[in-house]
Amino acid sequence: MNKLISLISGTIFGIGLVVSQMINPEKVLGFLDLFGNWDPSLAFVMIGALIVSSPLFHLIKNKEKPLFAEKFNYSNNKEINNELVIGSALFGAGWGLGGLCPGPAISSIALLNINSIIFVVAMFIGFYLAKFFKLSI
Amino acid sequence: MNIINFTPISAIIGGMIIGLAVVIFFLFKGRLVGISGIAANVLSEKKNKFDNLLFLLGLVIGPIIYSVFTKQVISITISNSLILLICAGLLVGIGTRIGGGCTSGHGISGIGRFSLRSIVATVTFMVVGILTVLIKNFV
Repeated sequence: MNKLISLISGTIFGIGLVVSQMINPEKVLGFLDLFGNWDPSLAFVMIGALIVSSPLFHLIKNKEKPLFAEKFNYSNNKEINNELVIGSALFGAGWGLGGLCPGPAISSIALLNINSIIFVVAMFIGFYLAKFFKLSI
Repeated sequence: MNIINFTPISAIIGGMIIGLAVVIFFLFKGRLVGISGIAANVLSEKKNKFDNLLFLLGLVIGPIIYSVFTKQVISITISNSLILLICAGLLVGIGTRIGGGCTSGHGISGIGRFSLRSIVATVTFMVVGILTVLIKNFV
């Protein structure tokens, strides 16, 4: 049952990406084209997600433990450092180039689009390469 | 600035569905969804490996279920440039690992619990993303 939750949560997330159209890089690039032809939809996706998640996070984290696990397990890192800003800037550059971030990119594998598969392979290589960059920042 | 292609209703509803997925993951498993972390850990860590793999599998199944039930074909517009796709993929992979999260981990899970660290990350990747598109439109 615990494992099934991962599958169910991922599936619902993937459906949300389709309904919100965030699976389409063109919609994401439209949001980032603030000074051109701007499509504000992505901001509304984040608002929709936060309306649901924010109050419920608050209620859930005050529980003694999660329903199917012994304890809560999430990073409480509060540090704002060079890695955070440089990494996020690199991510932003890649996001602006292709209009793809990890969730929509992985979901779009379902469409068997060769271009999104190329992106996903490069992204996984990037995950691997990141540890060499981390040492030098 | 012109506003075009704005789809507020489907954006809000889709966003709420994404919020629901994140809440379910937190309520049952005590973990916060961050897709770059989940995906990277499938390769590099033994802990939660199968769990993470199932989540990624769900991400792929989601659009298929949507298509089957609504009988709609999902169409996307994506760059055809091999060099652009590879550069973008590498930057997203390296950047999200160094920065400790992506649009889901920092943008939803992090901001959802008012983490200043995640707000700084989200503002950074959005500003750089906007500048990248601005530059791309000039070139």
